[in-house]
Amino acid sequence: MTQPSRGGEYDVAVIGGGLVGSALAWGLARAGQTVAMLDEGDIAVRPSRGNFALVWVQGKGLGMPEYAGWTKKSSDDWSGFADLLREQTGLDVAYRRPGGFMPMLSEEDLQARANTMMRLHNQPDMIRYPYEVMDRETLRKELPFIGPDVVGGTYCPLDGHCNSLRLLRTLHKGIGLLGVDYRPNHRVERIEHRDGGFRMSIADGGAGGEVRAGKIVLAAGHDSARLAPMVGLSAPVRPQRGHVIVTEKTAPFLHHPTVYVRQTDEGGVMIGDSFEEAGFDTTLQPGISSAIAERAIRFFPLLGKLNVVRSWAALRVLTPDGFPIYEESKTAPGAFVATCHSGVTLAANHALTLAPLIAAGGLGDGFTPFSARRFHVPQAA
Amino acid sequence: MSAPNPKFDFDIAVVGSGPAGLAAAALAASKGASVVLLDEQAEPGGQIYRAVTETPVRDRKVLGPDYWHGAELLGPLRDSGAAHWPGAVVWSVARPREDAADGHRPIQIGLSRNGSAAMLTVRHVILATGALERPFPIPGWTLPGVLGAGAAQVLLKTSGLVPSGATVMAGSGPLLWLLAWQYLQAGARIDAILDTTPKENWRAALPLLPGFLRSPYLGKGMKLMLEVRRKLTVIGNVTALRAEGAIGGDSALKSVVYTRNGAEHRLPADTLLLHHGVIPNLNLANATGCAQRWDEQQRCWRPTTDEWGATSVEGVSLAGDGAGIGGARAAEEAGRLAALDALHRLGRIGREQRDKAAVPFRAALDRALTGRAFLDTLYTPAEAFRAPADDTIVCRCEEITAGAVREAVRLGCSGPNQAKSFLRCGMGPCQGRLCGPTVTEVIAAERGVSPAEVGYYRLRPPVKPITLAELAALPKTDADIDAVFKH
Amino acid sequence: MFRRLPEIETATQAVSFTIDGRPASARAGDSVAAALLANGVTACRTTPVSGAARGPYCMMGVCFDCLVTIDGTGNRQGCQVRVAPGMAVETQNGKREVER
Ligand SMILES: Cc1cc2nc3c(=O)[nH]c(=O)nc-3n(C[C@H](O)[C@@H](O)[C@H](O)COP(=O)(O)OP(=O)(O)OC[C@H]3O[C@@H](n4cnc5c(N)ncnc54)[C@H](O)[C@@H]3O)c2cc1C
Ligand SMILES: Cc1cc2nc3c(=O)[nH]c(=O)nc-3n(C[C@H](O)[C@H](O)[C@H](O)COP(=O)(O)OP(=O)(O)OC[C@H]3O[C@@H](n4cnc5c(N)ncnc54)[C@H](O)[C@@H]3O)c2cc1C
Ligand code: FES
Repeated sequence: MTQPSRGGEYDVAVIGGGLVGSALAWGLARAGQTVAMLDEGDIAVRPSRGNFALVWVQGKGLGMPEYAGWTKKSSDDWSGFADLLREQTGLDVAYRRPGGFMPMLSEEDLQARANTMMRLHNQPDMIRYPYEVMDRETLRKELPFIGPDVVGGTYCPLDGHCNSLRLLRTLHKGIGLLGVDYRPNHRVERIEHRDGGFRMSIADGGAGGEVRAGKIVLAAGHDSARLAPMVGLSAPVRPQRGHVIVTEKTAPFLHHPTVYVRQTDEGGVMIGDSFEEAGFDTTLQPGISSAIAERAIRFFPLLGKLNVVRSWAALRVLTPDGFPIYEESKTAPGAFVATCHSGVTLAANHALTLAPLIAAGGLGDGFTPFSARRFHVPQAA
Repeated sequence: MSAPNPKFDFDIAVVGSGPAGLAAAALAASKGASVVLLDEQAEPGGQIYRAVTETPVRDRKVLGPDYWHGAELLGPLRDSGAAHWPGAVVWSVARPREDAADGHRPIQIGLSRNGSAAMLTVRHVILATGALERPFPIPGWTLPGVLGAGAAQVLLKTSGLVPSGATVMAGSGPLLWLLAWQYLQAGARIDAILDTTPKENWRAALPLLPGFLRSPYLGKGMKLMLEVRRKLTVIGNVTALRAEGAIGGDSALKSVVYTRNGAEHRLPADTLLLHHGVIPNLNLANATGCAQRWDEQQRCWRPTTDEWGATSVEGVSLAGDGAGIGGARAAEEAGRLAALDALHRLGRIGREQRDKAAVPFRAALDRALTGRAFLDTLYTPAEAFRAPADDTIVCRCEEITAGAVREAVRLGCSGPNQAKSFLRCGMGPCQGRLCGPTVTEVIAAERGVSPAEVGYYRLRPPVKPITLAELAALPKTDADIDAVFKH
Repeated sequence: MFRRLPEIETATQAVSFTIDGRPASARAGDSVAAALLANGVTACRTTPVSGAARGPYCMMGVCFDCLVTIDGTGNRQGCQVRVAPGMAVETQNGKREVER
């Protein structure tokens, strides 16, 4: 925990040290900015520690083709991003892109899924990518352990996964090496836009005091909703709870990630996840864990024998339409907000594309679709 | 025993059948509450009275009179009518979302028995999960042949097994001396006892000596220690320890290297038994959401409780060493107090009746706790054993060293939860039981703050592994199913 | 290395089982971990992380170092399961396999 070297003055302060904030801080520092990353402490609402670690493309972007393209770009850049991280830190974030599956348990669901994929790809301005709708037999050649209830599924060669906890650690190590001033226990209470810069007051329970910076990026996850209006931005995000289960380490047997079940590089089988509107309560619900377990066993019956070693519930950071918000403030130029519900998938974009733009001073027209103004303008009928 | 309420399977569940749980269950059931006593072990007794009903060690002088006292707790349990379910692993204690109509929010207990899981609904739960041996991280403590002294004692009690070949015991604390004494009675071989009690601790402990002089431990503890010192080789002032396997190999223990007065010495060893006292086994309480605090004197985390053992979570109380180390006799009395309070909360006895009945138990508890401060202070392990050198493995499951934890602190991890996500320490099957205290101590020392400020792992159920099939078979509501399948 | 105290009755209490296919004998009431130690097996597995050898450490179900395969099911806590006649106990190598 280094002390501020420049009397609390930074080119940019990133508020939030989760995956979005760390990826941006890494990219900003690489672009030559002096950066502070302000974060809460050991105990915090931080889905970056509780996610499913997919770098996922298939199915995303129905309703916003730009998001589909943005996601595909991140997936395409991920391998190079992982290489850069490895060269810099010596840590391997275990990114693999063997192609991913969405298995289905009824013909009706499979048909609905096929239709969704078709509608997605028929959108105007859609950047198309390969995918396949598979019947049971074709799927079974790729995933030999599927159970009798599985009728088929969809496949996309762009889908992959990584070790997302190691990604968080690697980014933190990387920003340290790049000279970013990481400040845990620095919860930002208030932000003031004054004299062309920003002053952030730090909560008294933590370090207290004030931090100043020329630009700021709100990457505070759920708390961005509270902070954004202080600088003329809007981030109407809500928590959506998801339960995840992990088994003991098992010899490698599942060579592709699926949306619900994947085997980690360390051997554990990760099983997800639920979608619940439960506010900020992260108490585990046994019935939900049970339903998740049941579904996983229907996909892969042989999982039933494995021991569950951990489970948790984490809170997705969701916008009303589920798509990201990237925006610069009109009234407080230099204040940016970045929030999304796929912070693992989009990490490559945040580090390699978004951060350099923020460093250079503006997002440009390409990001207009991601503005939160889409939630305020009455929709044309 | 009253008929179980149709909505609640039992009025009270007691988790753990050591002295605390046995006494709590017997008292609560004898006053008419429907009680179930759950324990993962096949036999009642907990750690101190392990296998008291069936130990093959029939010569009573080997395990000693304190051990055999355990048998006296079983009759009252039998007579009380409490249900006793051995072999039941409790992996979760939680409150469901909605309130019950009669004002009592039910508690749901997840348990696993004979390979199948079930949920039990009760009004009150008393966690009497006891203690575990404080982690004793030294280089080589993961080698086969290195065990806890308490573990070796379990082998003696349950199976009549004692070490053969070269045997070294190391550490400090009453249990170490007790085991050495029991081995002496049994005629087992001990080559040396390496005493790690720091010299400086005497200075801190001396002012507490008057209390200890009135303690029930004094007589028997002293006698036992003197006999051990007279008959065995005891090497004091040991400041560093290392277990080593064959040169270039890591297959099994071959020798123990210790430092005394700055010089290293080597002892050949087939078995090394480590002990640095016991600490509360708090995983279940922690995962239930019970608040906990750092106890500087016992140098461990303990759940916060009031004088009845009630925790911060309504309907959940604690009794025995799981709430803070007090020893077996104190555990027994604390179990009775928790039972009285549970009966009161359930409306079975009035406040006055509770308070009156508690008087003798509280007096006995105070007596049992006399002198504890002296022992706690004297036997606090040296910092070198609580926050070991960089190359020492602290997390046995994920094989994470103290050095890796220190590096995480340098990256900005201010507590064990961020360290856990960075390093995986505490993520293995033991769920931090064997690394949590050390990780907290290492971070505290590295940051130069108190462990209280650093905090502890936030745990989640299941606190013991259950199979995915067991989990899948649990009851679920339509809302649970929709939250998973409708997406 | 552990031995049974000489005065302990084992003859009438003997339980035959196998360790990695080899016949072995224990006493009724022994846990699988105790039975292994009584038969001179101090290392019961290698770890899934580094491959280092491990043996029972706590004997009370908290350390998970006593994991073995029992009757074809991997990663069972040897100190929490009682040895039974005819039981097949196998030491483990690294990660458990999903099919066992
Ligand atoms: C290995 C060991 C040996 C000891 N030997 C002695 C001794 O010889 N003499 C002495 O004075 N003190 C001894 N102690 C100290 C011990 O703490 C005693 O003071 C006493 O056993 C404490 O009683 P208790 O009722 O609080 O808990 P315990 O006796 O520890 O009983 C707790 C019980 O809870 C059960 N349990 C825990 N978690 C769960 C769960 N999730 N599900 C189901 N069951 C669960 C355990 O199986 C155990 O039977 C020993 C401690 C240990 C760890
Ligand atoms: C169950 C689940 C599964 C998921 N699976 C995937 C997946 O497979 N693939 C994928 O791409 N994404 C997945 N996600 C989403 C992904 O985890 C999130 O998109 C990502 O973690 C969000 O990162 P963040 O940095 O925006 O938020 P957070 O992780 O919440 O980080 C915000 C940070 O800001 C800090 N903070 C908050 N307020 C303040 C303040 N006032 N001052 C200073 N600091 C503050 C917090 O402490 C925290 O460190 C999943 C999420 C969940 C819940
Ligand atoms: S020896 Fe520790 S869990 Fe079995």
